[in-house]
Amino acid sequence: MENINQIIEMCQNIAFDINYAYPKQWKKQSNKRVLVGYFPIYFPREIVAACNGIAIGILGGGDYKEVVKGDAYYQSYICHIPRGIIDLALDGHFNEIDGFVFSSICDVMRNLTGIFQIHNIGKFSKYLDYPQNFQSDIGGEFLRKEFEDIINKIYLINGIKPSVQDFNKSIAQYNYNRSLLFEIYDIRQEYPWRLSASELYTIIRAGLYMPVEEHNQVLENIIKEISKERNNPVDNIKVIVWGAFCEQLPINLIKSLELSGCFVVDDDFILGSRWIQGKVPENTSDPLGAIVESYLQMSTFSTSVYDVDNPKEKRLVELVRKRKADGVIFAAPSFCDPALLDTPMCQKCCEENNIRYISFQYSENTGQFKPIKEQVGAFADSIKLWEDTTTLIKQ
Amino acid sequence: MSTQKEVKKDKSMILQKEMIAKQFHDLTTAKEKGKKVVYTFVPGNLSELILAFDMIPVYPEINALQSGMRKKSGGFIKDSEKIGYSEDICTYVKCDIGMLLNGNIGPYDEKIPPPDLLLLSYTGCFTFMKWFENLKRLYPDVPVAMLHTPYQESGKITEEMINYMVKQLKEEVIPKMEKVSGKKFDESKLKEILKYSKETQELINRIFETPKNVPSPIDAYFAGVYYIGPINTGFRGTPECVEYYKLLLDEINERIKLGLGPVTPEGEMSEEKFRLVVEGPPNWTSFREFWKLFYDMGAVIVASTYTKVGGLYELGFRHNPDKPLESLAEYCMNCYTNFNLPQRIEILKKYILDFKADGFLIHSVKSCNSFSAGQLGMMRKIEHDLGVPVGFIESDLVDPRYFSYSNIKNRLESFFQMLSQRKSIMNAN
Repeated sequence: MENINQIIEMCQNIAFDINYAYPKQWKKQSNKRVLVGYFPIYFPREIVAACNGIAIGILGGGDYKEVVKGDAYYQSYICHIPRGIIDLALDGHFNEIDGFVFSSICDVMRNLTGIFQIHNIGKFSKYLDYPQNFQSDIGGEFLRKEFEDIINKIYLINGIKPSVQDFNKSIAQYNYNRSLLFEIYDIRQEYPWRLSASELYTIIRAGLYMPVEEHNQVLENIIKEISKERNNPVDNIKVIVWGAFCEQLPINLIKSLELSGCFVVDDDFILGSRWIQGKVPENTSDPLGAIVESYLQMSTFSTSVYDVDNPKEKRLVELVRKRKADGVIFAAPSFCDPALLDTPMCQKCCEENNIRYISFQYSENTGQFKPIKEQVGAFADSIKLWEDTTTLIKQ
Repeated sequence: MSTQKEVKKDKSMILQKEMIAKQFHDLTTAKEKGKKVVYTFVPGNLSELILAFDMIPVYPEINALQSGMRKKSGGFIKDSEKIGYSEDICTYVKCDIGMLLNGNIGPYDEKIPPPDLLLLSYTGCFTFMKWFENLKRLYPDVPVAMLHTPYQESGKITEEMINYMVKQLKEEVIPKMEKVSGKKFDESKLKEILKYSKETQELINRIFETPKNVPSPIDAYFAGVYYIGPINTGFRGTPECVEYYKLLLDEINERIKLGLGPVTPEGEMSEEKFRLVVEGPPNWTSFREFWKLFYDMGAVIVASTYTKVGGLYELGFRHNPDKPLESLAEYCMNCYTNFNLPQRIEILKKYILDFKADGFLIHSVKSCNSFSAGQLGMMRKIEHDLGVPVGFIESDLVDPRYFSYSNIKNRLESFFQMLSQRKSIMNAN
């Protein structure tokens, strides 16, 4: 087994490669293999895996793809992620990716489907309309048709219709993948210094570009490594970072948060990998139904999901309690209506529950971290000082 | 110094004013009369269903645009920002929240009653959902009825999509309306209402066909937003609504007979120099100044997409009283922003050709991603396919900080110059 630094380096090379060389190499080994690009947040990758493919996450151009063409497609008051995606698409980075799935998370992503359709990028571009009705016989039935549509589209490319066994095997692998990720989060809750948030982010992100079996191996090795001591504990506060469900923070911004005195013990980075909060039944005669039902009943909370029956701010507070976090950092992409419309509701709830928070906005290509670093540093200091005062008062 | 000319109002204008005044009066006296109030949205609005339960609809985005026209939105938006709403987000939402923070005093200076039901007709705009999630926190005891309208992602409406919506209507929306109103759902009553809707839709479709005449008898954007008032804001499905559109159509037909151009706030437009198709909502905070920039240059809008946000009828959709719930479902899916981008491009291309437009203009608004995201791509495609001159201007719906008069004027002047030169060249050839 490689040591942890080697594993992280390997993940780094795969996770931030905007040519997607690793999955493309995997695809070349058989003409029956497919690559399906999916956009944030969630897509049941089990489906593509069962159809002999990899669902690869398209997360934008970040701060490593200069936007040239994208600005000619998107006005200044629209978030950054579609520009990077357009540049990647028009510059040929998505060549060999067979089709694309856009989740119903906002109007920008919805309309990006149309731009892909206009330019005939890939063999298909599908807007996956997740139901906002969570009853099995209403929203569930609709969602099933949506998933079947994707299976049919893949079938037209590689001629493969997955069997029940194929599906169940795929479900089991992704169940295992999520369980390993949750285990890492649990270890980090107690020992966050053993694996930094940016390292964890890199490892999870790499999983979007390799077969799940390989990623499971990576995660097993990471768990072995961080189950023993690594790095030195430091006096940081524990925070949850929330709001980055779609457009990702630049990796150096995540590092900056940590350098400013915070351990990020939970977050919504690449949330789709941890979307289902439980085990999808893996031995059923109706595996697609199991995936549908899991979406309806076991989804995590997110800005894209209608929530008045189970308010997200309450679930955020529960997460803060579970992770024993000292505060919340609301980090939302600029011009992101969904995240920014959630922020006041969540902040109010934090106030009511005496949870400290700060907020800032960013873009995936933000390059100036100093103001954010100072803001976060002051936040961390204030919590540490406040904690000390509280302790003194109690004494 | 310019003086505002007195313009004689058409009968239809006076009638519409009376209808809206009565509607607001009904609204402000709703609670004392025991009437229930339903907040909902224009795109995919279920006005007929609300009327079938004898409830009164309120449209927060209409309140916001009215506040914008009455110069009240700027203050409301700032008040929302003070409590944590970002500068970056939809200003309709912030205007509505700000209005609520200020006692929910509506654009006509009368208090708008709180909702008894939040009917979330989630059609063509993701922000609607976030808007009502926020309102739910402000009205915690008020139930929300969610109606998720599938997007026309494949460019068509399928049986599955209709079934999904009908089931939601039967199991989510109607039961909540029954509970709030205290009345049983009466399908025969809904069918009667839908007959009027169908007739109204037929009439408005004919109205928006009239700009095919040269000169166009109406401005299908600036005046068009007034024309769509009754059909989109709670009157659809009533006999008064049918009467209003009959009167309006008669007036327009009379203009055609006399060879007259559109009526503007400063009277009749004397010469039609440019015929334009416009995509995107208008700016409301400087609506008159914005319009004037066009009619001063002799530009008339012969077709617009904004006037189709509450329903697109030229492709044949009409409410069908024989299939009431299926028909409501299809209506919701037939609103302009629920069409995918390739469909929107085809609709626009057809407008440009059918209405003999000289140019295509996008008014892109900061607040509305549903419209704005992808508009530049649409513009490139239309320019490429038709070779028609295109223009692009930007502002906002109701945030006055984003309306730059001189910037828009400069851009429009360049655009009109381009159109003028092109006309000269084409005439010379």
